[in-house]
Amino acid sequence: MIEAYGLTKRYGAKTAVYNLSFQVRPGTVTGFLGPNGSGKSTTMRMILGLDTPTSGQVTIGGHRFRGLPNAPRQVGALLDAKAVHGGRTARNHLLSLAQLSGIPARRVDEVLGVVGLQDVAKKRSGGFSLGMGQRLGIAAALLGDPQVLLFDEPVNGLDPEGILWVRNLMKRLASEGRTVFVSSHLMSEMAQTAEHLIVIGRGQLMADMSVSEFIARNSVGFARVRTPDTEPEQREKLATAVHEAGGQAQPEEDGALRVTGLALPQISDLAHHAGLRLWELSPHQASLEEAYMRLTQGSVDYRSTVDARAGLQQQPAPVPAQMPPGAPAQMPAPGQMPAPPAPGQAAPGAPGGWAPPQDAQHQGFGPAPQGPPPPTPPASQPASPHARHEGEDAR
Amino acid sequence: MTLTTMPTHTARVVKSEWTKVRSVRSTVWTLAAALVVTVGMGAAICAVTSSSYDDMSTTQRATFDPTYLSFSGMGLGQLAMIAFGVLVVSAEYSTGMIRNSLAAVPQRGTFLLCKMLVTGPLVLVVGMITSFATFFLGQALLGDQGAGITDPGVLRAVVGGGLYMALIALFAVGVTFILRSPLLAFAILMPWFFLISSILGTVDATKKIAQYLPDQAGTVVMSVVPDTLDRPYGPWEGLLILVGWTAAALLAGFLVLKKRDA
Repeated sequence: MIEAYGLTKRYGAKTAVYNLSFQVRPGTVTGFLGPNGSGKSTTMRMILGLDTPTSGQVTIGGHRFRGLPNAPRQVGALLDAKAVHGGRTARNHLLSLAQLSGIPARRVDEVLGVVGLQDVAKKRSGGFSLGMGQRLGIAAALLGDPQVLLFDEPVNGLDPEGILWVRNLMKRLASEGRTVFVSSHLMSEMAQTAEHLIVIGRGQLMADMSVSEFIARNSVGFARVRTPDTEPEQREKLATAVHEAGGQAQPEEDGALRVTGLALPQISDLAHHAGLRLWELSPHQASLEEAYMRLTQGSVDYRSTVDARAGLQQQPAPVPAQMPPGAPAQMPAPGQMPAPPAPGQAAPGAPGGWAPPQDAQHQGFGPAPQGPPPPTPPASQPASPHARHEGEDAR
Repeated sequence: MTLTTMPTHTARVVKSEWTKVRSVRSTVWTLAAALVVTVGMGAAICAVTSSSYDDMSTTQRATFDPTYLSFSGMGLGQLAMIAFGVLVVSAEYSTGMIRNSLAAVPQRGTFLLCKMLVTGPLVLVVGMITSFATFFLGQALLGDQGAGITDPGVLRAVVGGGLYMALIALFAVGVTFILRSPLLAFAILMPWFFLISSILGTVDATKKIAQYLPDQAGTVVMSVVPDTLDRPYGPWEGLLILVGWTAAALLAGFLVLKKRDA
């Protein structure tokens, strides 16, 4: 059992973690989700006593980590797969950690087998791939057969087989009654591994609930409605009708409408009364990834902007009245980005084009975030290319 | 829950630190370099001096200190000892291993103590071997002008030389615990011990203060003829000043380790 109470960490003027309170219970895999820079690793380091909280405290089994007797036998952690001396062999690395807690050398060979590194045990870890490094880090966490396990982004750099293996390992460890706390920025990964979720954004708690509850609360259903492509005015009519009935309608990339707030039969009735024909009326469930992105949207620290490549463009020289034929200044540079697509237009290659439903801000976020809420985007954000870019970044 | 008593816990951490030290190549390279450079340089200077002894003036002969001369290589050899001390600590920080180490040994005092318990005896053994080897080889090359180990003050000088090497390495350990970065530690310690300290010790204006610097004070223990170095303190007092420096560096290193986030 890991218990955090009012955990706060400031680095100078920057607040990395603010007033975080949660419990991680034994017997389940608890996912710790948040965008990059949201304070996941800082929280992990505070749990392990590496960083001292500015205020608040976190305990493992009722003890502060620094006060734990023989900590490695009770808590195992993978923080950073690259945190090994590259000149030391895998076996010696684990041996030095094993000796710290009086674990026999036999156990080192056991865990090397468990993570599948027995063949490279005598190789220096400097030559390891990221995936092998992750396995070595997991081996180190398993050394003491601890009851509490912390993994910071354990699937980074693993191949699909490795990801499946980690997933099953976490579940098995939890089924043995251990406390398993896994951080990730991938909602899809957590949905398959974790039973309980703790979501943070900008260092503040945004959700603390079971995965099924998270899905129920956050993945709002919507209807895709398509009017005949040949008659665009029908779409406008339907959108107006939906708004009048209290629903929201947003244009989709392919010309369909995404309708939220109304049940399917209601939409059909509306169309019927307005004398509109429908080519499509289908129920959809927003994915967990979308729900997570919507939740953390306002708290993404690093978001990309459209690369206009303006800095690479040659400033067109003052154009003479009579242009010489083939003047290069007017030609678009090779690879130059076209103007950003108009709202609603498909951005080529942008995956998962989705727009936040307009009622996103009214969705239940679970326990209300304590302290000042993070800045949220305007409630009625249109489906713009920017929304998609933000979404991409949050992954 | 396995409750362990402190001494067994310490023993485990010491064992682990020993595994860490012996399982990286830099240990062998730096310590071997300390021995080879010190003995080699000392031997070369002794050989040259031996051949030019007849040309020396009477005053030079009167203050001639064959023991101190054979330790001439230590000025350079100590840099390898410092490198060892820096790497033992900074490798933890530069690789991120420190987080694994401190997650396993949350008691930071124990961690630092055990690092000392491993590196201390190791550098002492290497220092002693170096000191005795460079003394005997140097005296053999000096021939008739050489000193014997039974001569007054000589054994003290040779043992002191070994202690000096060990203390310099531990001083580097302490300083690196404060600075944490290998780059910073090397950039400060290397020029300091190689150049700046000896320059300050030669310039009249700074001499008075510079003679209390760690290496300036520590080297006095290796002199047998009192007039070779003009100092207001004796050989053991000189070494004691170095001990003070080392203790201060380690204490400051401990405070940094305890207070700062890893």
